[in-house]
Amino acid sequence: MSDANQEQLAQQVTDAKARLDAHTYEMVQWHFHESTGSPFWLQKKAELSFDPLTEVQGFDDLKKFPLFEDEWLRGGPVNRWIPKGLEGQPTFVFETGGTTGIPKSRVVIEDHRLDYEMFSETLPDEYFPKGANWLMLGPSGPRRLRLAVEHLCQHRGGICFCIDLDPRWVVKVIKKGWMEHLEEYKKHCIDQAITVLTAGHDIKCMFATPKLLDQLANALEERGTSLPEIGITGIFSGGTEFTPQWTRYCVEELFGGPAEESGVYMTPTYGNTLMGLACSEPVTKENKYKITYHAPQPRAATEVVSFDDPNELVGYGETGRVKLTTLTKELFIPGFLERDEAEREEPHEMYPWDGVSGVRPYHVFAKSTTVGVY
Amino acid sequence: MVNIPVIRWGEEYESLETQELIHHATGEVIGTQSMANGGLITRDMRKAQKARDTLKQFSIDELVEKMGKAGDLFVNGTLSIGGSEQTPQDFVVQQSATTGLPEHMVELGMSKNAFVMNNMGRIIDSLTRGLPLDILSKGWGKEDRGIPVSFQCQTPILAAVLPSNSPGVHTLWLPAVPLQIGLVLKPGQKEPWTPYRMFAAMEAAGIPKEIWCLYPGSGAEIGSAVLSKCSRAMIFGSKQTVDNYKGNPKVQAHGPGFSKILIGDDCVDNWEEYIDLIVESIFINGGRGCINTSSIWASRHTEEIAQALAEKLGPVEALAPTDPNAGLAAFTIDGMATAIWDSIKDDLEEDGVTHVTAQYGDRLVEKELCGYIRPTIVHCKSPENAIAKKEYMFPFASVVECPEDQMLRTIGETLVCTGITNNESLRQQLIDCTDIDRLNLGPVPTTKLNWLQPHEGNIIDFLFRNRAFQVPEELL
Repeated sequence: MSDANQEQLAQQVTDAKARLDAHTYEMVQWHFHESTGSPFWLQKKAELSFDPLTEVQGFDDLKKFPLFEDEWLRGGPVNRWIPKGLEGQPTFVFETGGTTGIPKSRVVIEDHRLDYEMFSETLPDEYFPKGANWLMLGPSGPRRLRLAVEHLCQHRGGICFCIDLDPRWVVKVIKKGWMEHLEEYKKHCIDQAITVLTAGHDIKCMFATPKLLDQLANALEERGTSLPEIGITGIFSGGTEFTPQWTRYCVEELFGGPAEESGVYMTPTYGNTLMGLACSEPVTKENKYKITYHAPQPRAATEVVSFDDPNELVGYGETGRVKLTTLTKELFIPGFLERDEAEREEPHEMYPWDGVSGVRPYHVFAKSTTVGVY
Repeated sequence: MVNIPVIRWGEEYESLETQELIHHATGEVIGTQSMANGGLITRDMRKAQKARDTLKQFSIDELVEKMGKAGDLFVNGTLSIGGSEQTPQDFVVQQSATTGLPEHMVELGMSKNAFVMNNMGRIIDSLTRGLPLDILSKGWGKEDRGIPVSFQCQTPILAAVLPSNSPGVHTLWLPAVPLQIGLVLKPGQKEPWTPYRMFAAMEAAGIPKEIWCLYPGSGAEIGSAVLSKCSRAMIFGSKQTVDNYKGNPKVQAHGPGFSKILIGDDCVDNWEEYIDLIVESIFINGGRGCINTSSIWASRHTEEIAQALAEKLGPVEALAPTDPNAGLAAFTIDGMATAIWDSIKDDLEEDGVTHVTAQYGDRLVEKELCGYIRPTIVHCKSPENAIAKKEYMFPFASVVECPEDQMLRTIGETLVCTGITNNESLRQQLIDCTDIDRLNLGPVPTTKLNWLQPHEGNIIDFLFRNRAFQVPEELL
């Protein structure tokens, strides 16, 4: 990078940080003011040893809060999470987990739409044409992803086709060791997808989980066709299984080459019900399919922090736990340790703030995590 | 430093994900291995038939001869592994470094593998009970008595999900190649050495490399991909693994052996005569094998037997892997030795259980990067004691007091049973006992193998189907 470009990036980084600080201040005022805050945070405020309204001026002041515990999201009433300033608006509830026990819930009014509209801006029209129809090859049920992908498609002028997929059943099947049932369930999902794709709906774009994308591509080949042949040009996918090797495998073996040769473009994403969607820097063979994500700042921020001290950033290129902060009018999460670890990455000209790469399950949890088809 | 690639039908493939191969005691990085992803297997298995077609260009006799050459090269040759030249001594050092096996045990394992490769013709002859080998190639033929017979090959490849801790198991898949069946192997994460050296030795001996796939990778992802995409696969694992695949004709699961020595009432008063045999059965090869004895059963003198075994085995120390006297292998997975010992300690609390080797000092030896458990002998007053039916991957045995007439009803699954008795009635009961797989009648160590007999399932029965077959007289 030339000196001029470096200078320009440095300025962009400074500006982005200023925006983040201002946005943090605004969101803390919203969530902790008696007239606008949610019952949950107004109650928490009483337990804090500081006054957020006067003592949080910028992003770094969020360290004054204790870490967010996602256990707080279990059970009802979910209304305690709705800020008074948004009361009365149509509200969704989305769940994560829930294979056994009470799932974690998040109420949403329009965050999922806003997040995916922002994400839409990053999609190249050449491969994700406006007006194209989509296939959502992912979980159904009370999942944010399901409605978010449908909204993304509609926002871009298309109609979204979906399948039935119950990820909780998949996890149960794996835990029971019913591997034949698992294979059959995957086939059941893929059969639904192929039925939609071959029914004349002119589908060009899709969301797919890594495992289902792999399964779909192979199933199409067994039927003598392929993703490009069936008309797919744009794929968006995500998850910790989305590694550089996996991406290379998709590009080289499932699609038949990079987008300019095969006509199929895939973009990885990293996200969850709490944060929204982190976008990836362009992934190329030249950079060994390295995947670096940047959060949708200032609405959310990701940091890579020391395994021992969640308030201490690791150095660039170093490994640590992924820490998430969400700052929207609907949800305030002042520092939540994700179940993932990663390397800290430098700001990028498209995203002038820190990124994360090499995202994978946190090594302490990895041994007990069950990853199904979802 | 060795950089081990994925092998896809003989071609090297460098994955973007790699894993370091680390010395169990020093932490030194001695190599890296490419880590495959499951999708590669799905893609490659579409071309599996080519492996069998390639091997069928050679007769079984020709392949047997090449296997012999490969056996010599395996033991003596300098071979190309992952872009580096590997001498036999390099192999010994590397395998010992990552698996924790003492070097002299690695050498012993090498010679066992080479023996099987050098004697492949005799082994196949024994496994097929003298069947003319062209019947396996052609699919059918005529028996000596003039009856048509068909052996239909069930798979173009044999897959195996291999362990990290027991290099001895490689002898089980070796016969596939001369039987004109390709290989798809997922090496143990700490033991890629044997499969890769076999690959190099066979290629150097003239067996086409295109019949090989080697997929280092995670057990969960690559193991399940191999098992779900291959029509015949072996897996080595725990009792739970074996139970999971019970009744699945596509999978031959190998787990703990629970091998035993039973001493009849007619011989037990002479127990001292058998102590050396029992010690060998418990201790040889670091006590890691499924054929190592995990319990000794007798109706009386059990406390004296346990004491005598403890005197021989209790003082054994954890020595460096380079020490020619080293008898124990290290547990190289972080915390594993401690976890195993904690589990044993719980069982030792039970009434009727005595830890006889306790008098020879602590059993658990924790090093900075690995752990050892010194030989452990336990006496059980009853077969009901939980520890009486446990097996561990170090020299461990329970001496179980049990009336002779209750033994065979109580022993449970037994891969190898040595029955020391001259009582004809008991001998017949041993022969009839369906819980016993391999039976030694008389004072034979459970660890003594006859390579000309099948081990835990005949590979011919696994890979071929002997079916009815008829042709008009003129075709016979």
